[in-house]
Amino acid sequence: MPERLYGIRHHGPGSARGVVQELDRQRPDIVLIEGPPEADELVRWVADEGLQPPVALLGYAADNPARAAFWPFAVFSPEWQAMRWAVRHGVPVRFFDLPYAYRLTDDRTPDTPPSAGPPTAALPSAETAPTGSPSGTNPAASPAAPPVVAGTPTAATAPAGLPSVSTVSPGPSPSATIAPGGPPSATTSPPGSSSGSSPTVGSPAAHPPAETPARALGGEGAEHQNVEVGYVPADACSDSAPKSLVDRSGARSATPASADEPALVGEPPLVGEPTPGTEPTPAGGQASAGGPPTPPAVGQPATQPTRPTTTPETSSAPPDDTQPAMRHRPVDPIGELAAAAGYDDPERWWEDVVEHRGMPAFEAIAEAMTAIRENAPDDPDDLVREAYMRTVLREVRRTHDNIAVVCGAWHVPALARKVTAREDAAVLKGRKRAKVAFTWVPWTYGRLASWSGYGAGVRSPGWYHHLFTTGADVVPRWLVDAAQVLRAEGVPTSSAHVIEATRLAEALAGVRGRPLAGLAEVTEAAEAVMCDGEPLRVELIGRRLVVGERLGAVPDAMPAVPLARDLAAQQRSVRLKPEALERVLDLDLRRDIDLGRSRLLHRLRAIGVPWGEADTARRGTGTFREQWRLRWQPDFAVQLVEGSMYGTTVVAAATTKVTDAARQAASLGAVTALVEVCLLADLADAYPPVLAALDTRAALDADIGHLMAAIPALAHTLRYGDVRRTDVAGLSAVTASLLTRVCAGLPAAGGSLSDEAAQDLRGHLDGVHAAVSLLDDEELRDRWLTTLESLSRRADLHGLLAGRLTRLLLDAGRLGIAEVQRRLRLPLTVGTPPAHGAAWVEGFLAGGGLLLVHDDALLELLDGWLADIPADAFGDVLPLLRRTFGAFAAGERRAIGERVAGRAGAGRAAAGPLVLDHDRAALVLPTLSALLGREVS
Amino acid sequence: MTALRPHAEDEYAEELALLAATDERPRPPGWRLSPQAVVTYLLGDGAKITPKYVGPRRLIEVAVSTLVTDRALLLLGVPGTAKTWVSEHLAAAISGDSTLLVQGTAGTAEESIRYGWNYARLLADGPSDAALVPSPIMRAMRTGAIARMEELTRVPSDVQDALITVLSEKTLPVPELNTEVQAQRGFNLIATANDRDRGVNELSSALRRRFNTVVLPVPASADEEVEIVARRVAQLGRSLDLPEVPTALEEIRRVVTIFRELRTGLTEDGRTKLKSPTGTLSPAEAISVITSGMALAAHFGDGLLHPGDVASGIVGAVVKDPVTDSVVWREYLETVVRERTDWRDFYRAARDA
Repeated sequence: MPERLYGIRHHGPGSARGVVQELDRQRPDIVLIEGPPEADELVRWVADEGLQPPVALLGYAADNPARAAFWPFAVFSPEWQAMRWAVRHGVPVRFFDLPYAYRLTDDRTPDTPPSAGPPTAALPSAETAPTGSPSGTNPAASPAAPPVVAGTPTAATAPAGLPSVSTVSPGPSPSATIAPGGPPSATTSPPGSSSGSSPTVGSPAAHPPAETPARALGGEGAEHQNVEVGYVPADACSDSAPKSLVDRSGARSATPASADEPALVGEPPLVGEPTPGTEPTPAGGQASAGGPPTPPAVGQPATQPTRPTTTPETSSAPPDDTQPAMRHRPVDPIGELAAAAGYDDPERWWEDVVEHRGMPAFEAIAEAMTAIRENAPDDPDDLVREAYMRTVLREVRRTHDNIAVVCGAWHVPALARKVTAREDAAVLKGRKRAKVAFTWVPWTYGRLASWSGYGAGVRSPGWYHHLFTTGADVVPRWLVDAAQVLRAEGVPTSSAHVIEATRLAEALAGVRGRPLAGLAEVTEAAEAVMCDGEPLRVELIGRRLVVGERLGAVPDAMPAVPLARDLAAQQRSVRLKPEALERVLDLDLRRDIDLGRSRLLHRLRAIGVPWGEADTARRGTGTFREQWRLRWQPDFAVQLVEGSMYGTTVVAAATTKVTDAARQAASLGAVTALVEVCLLADLADAYPPVLAALDTRAALDADIGHLMAAIPALAHTLRYGDVRRTDVAGLSAVTASLLTRVCAGLPAAGGSLSDEAAQDLRGHLDGVHAAVSLLDDEELRDRWLTTLESLSRRADLHGLLAGRLTRLLLDAGRLGIAEVQRRLRLPLTVGTPPAHGAAWVEGFLAGGGLLLVHDDALLELLDGWLADIPADAFGDVLPLLRRTFGAFAAGERRAIGERVAGRAGAGRAAAGPLVLDHDRAALVLPTLSALLGREVS
Repeated sequence: MTALRPHAEDEYAEELALLAATDERPRPPGWRLSPQAVVTYLLGDGAKITPKYVGPRRLIEVAVSTLVTDRALLLLGVPGTAKTWVSEHLAAAISGDSTLLVQGTAGTAEESIRYGWNYARLLADGPSDAALVPSPIMRAMRTGAIARMEELTRVPSDVQDALITVLSEKTLPVPELNTEVQAQRGFNLIATANDRDRGVNELSSALRRRFNTVVLPVPASADEEVEIVARRVAQLGRSLDLPEVPTALEEIRRVVTIFRELRTGLTEDGRTKLKSPTGTLSPAEAISVITSGMALAAHFGDGLLHPGDVASGIVGAVVKDPVTDSVVWREYLETVVRERTDWRDFYRAARDA
């Protein structure tokens, strides 16, 4: 047998180490790695110092970058290590998974139906996806996708996947979703069957394509060309007799070996990214979990259940996809092995039997997987992928004698099985290929981790990194790192803490019968000893260490990312050229092209490419005018590369970024600003999550001032948002709930205020009051005014507010003239301190003298009250009045005086019948008609 | 005569004996059971051993492992989360004696932690071992048993610090006699403290560092909590001789739902975020709201538990701080309760309350 099969667990540090050791021993002259063959050419970059993991292979349809998939690699990924080994030793590398190009083609051929899930990889373009949660995450989630590929190799996946994803968004846990990916649909029967199916003889079609790409690229692989395959039975593994899994598993000791393998399976890599919110997306999720293929294994348990739930939600998703997937989903092999070994958590079991024992025995893994796959239904996606893998393997055997194959453990039995070339050709027959392009993009551990939606079993990339890079003293070194994280945050943590935490972790491992303290033990030990049980500190360690904040990098020379291409296309469509010289651009949003420009500029700002700066100085000239200063800077290219992690199109990346920002926003104000960004940039998909974040912040924000400050902008958007033709549905519900909260909290916030606080609150009151009238909702208005009424009756209210409230209620018709006069008199009586009285009058009259000039009723009220003041008290009141009136402009004061003087003499005349000069009035009618947009006569 | 409430080691003597008989794993010095058997005793095995604590297994494992490493254990949690219960059973399972107990109060003196004197003998014979009155902790050190300290954070800080030497040097000097008491193997200390008391008598960092902290959470799911509350209410109803009130499961569920939502700051459907009031709203408080509602219904109502009977109790439990909590409560009423059509009666009752 010319090849050795290394069944690995995607992103398993133990597998990675094992693969490197075995490669050193075997010294193959070619390495086959599970991955998209179109990326063969990119392997050479691995030698470049500039390519720092975590990075991801990004594949996308050349004509539509929105359809893309990610295959992330961390330093501890076995595939990455295998690539590095090969590059270092000058050994050619070929990716031999089903080409991504196949998956992008049509989609949904009838026969491939089921595997909805997997496709994950595909990313649904943000646009497509409806609301999906935009979160950037998704992409991550999808990683698993790879499998996806397999599953639905056919294009089907892609399409299907997407939609569903998006829909899902609301949904819950990403992980769950993910699982599905795995779902191998049972439908197809095991390999055998597939083969059975029409075996057309050489399915030439299949091969060629595959090879081509690879070769073409000039991968080393090129040498071996394909040609038809002879049928070679690969029985590499066969020798190891598989003992029944169960037995092994049962015995703990035995288990280890077997255990390892199984897990692995999933394919890991791909992430589909695009999907909007990771979590939400089911599809994406799935993929990841499984690591695609495997997916089943990984995600498993959890997933399954979840999935169902999600499905319903996803309305958009084509029902068929999901459901079938569910139906066919096989058991999770790792889960079964783990359960047999007495573990409730497959991840822990994996850690114990594989990661902690150093070198996995690849034969044992293969055996265990063989046993599992005998009883598990196959995912049709897997079958197609495996047929392709075998095809490539046969071809490579003709040119190489010493082959190393690195793939998910789930696939090992399939690759070792004897299947004729003809059968495989039949499976692969008739697949169409799309034109795809690949590149490396930077990735982060955060996106690898499941909490940002990557469900492929990498919940703790930071821990895996530590396991992979730390030779000895794993536990103490980890805890020392944890102590440093805490110290950096100002939590005193001594070496004694580390010592005790280490002891506790080891004791815990002993109590639990584990060979070595794992992540659960060190985390719990750190929690009990170093964190004093404070959940925030535990979370801090989780974020900084367990997941890690490592960010990958790609060399500057890397080919352009799809995001840049998308931008170029958009620049053409709105006719804006990037120029290094600054220039000013005036936009009239009533024109489609200008609206498009405005949106593009706003979206670019959202992803950190400030090509245009909005000139706020001229903003006041109208809601439909915008002025921008444009200047393209070369380093924007770098930002585009970074941004492509969030999506492959400008709108998708912006959506993801905004959603992430909303999730992490610390204050209500920040989220309100994001709402505005959503509207300006027309990020419809980011809208629901941002609104949800707004609602959450509003609920948690105890400062009523913040709540009140947020309302006017929202009301304004609601009322006038249509200039931009944005959809404001949802916003009104949030605004109403915000107002309800304000109404509930306002009475308590009104008492015992200092002058400054009262001043602030008065501003907020006016703002909200104006906003309420914009909202045009009788019930809300009623509730608001009722709140004001009850507030105005409070005895300890600051004078400024009491006066202001009386005035607002008077204007709203809630208070009668008589009551207002009574209240007006109170502040100026002896029982009231002068400062209070002054503030009261100030609050009551605030709003400028012009109102007094034009509001007869108000002026009369005030005049009557003034005239009523006894002569001896007038001297006391005078300073208070002066203080208020002194703030009016001189012209206003004079006009008021004239009005009052005139009233005494000519009051009657003003009230007399109006005599209209019809001829003069008619002169303005044409202008009026133009302004109002209709005929006025 | 039977004790109103037997000690854990007496009440569950059979289970302890059974575990000891079948326990073949190594036992740490001074322990009556292996650590694994102690965990089984606390959590039950689904057969002969009844569960004493219902909650995450990992917490109990961390607690037991802490005691294995001869570090002191601090159980934190809001009132009503079974801290004392867990510490009693841990002591019973490990040393077979849960009575070496110091109740911490604001008036706890250093003598109750270290030792006191029998003044009659002290005056008659001068300082001697015979005149020494050992504290429960000193006795535990001598016998190599688990001592328990309740409500550690209620104890004044200067008194708390008497524990430092005991916990770090594992010895208790008696300068008057120029001797010391050295802890025997198996000695350890379990302290409990109330989360809500933080800042009252905060542990000094020197002392804090000698404890491993385990936080006991409130029940994880609504169903679990409803069951705990319903069971306790039934027991309490009997012991207080309250007249039978027909099943009030619906009201119990409502109270538990309200408490959980306010406590977690999130509605059960996960859609709406809420502010949390200052009170703890523990299961224990839910129990007392229901019990008093039942008393109201039985004595002054028609014998059925109506929303009105629990509404005032709920408001009383939620609104502990008249200013901030009433905002929280009003917001909750208006944004959450009002929207629930089947809660109409309760909404009306709560508005009036």
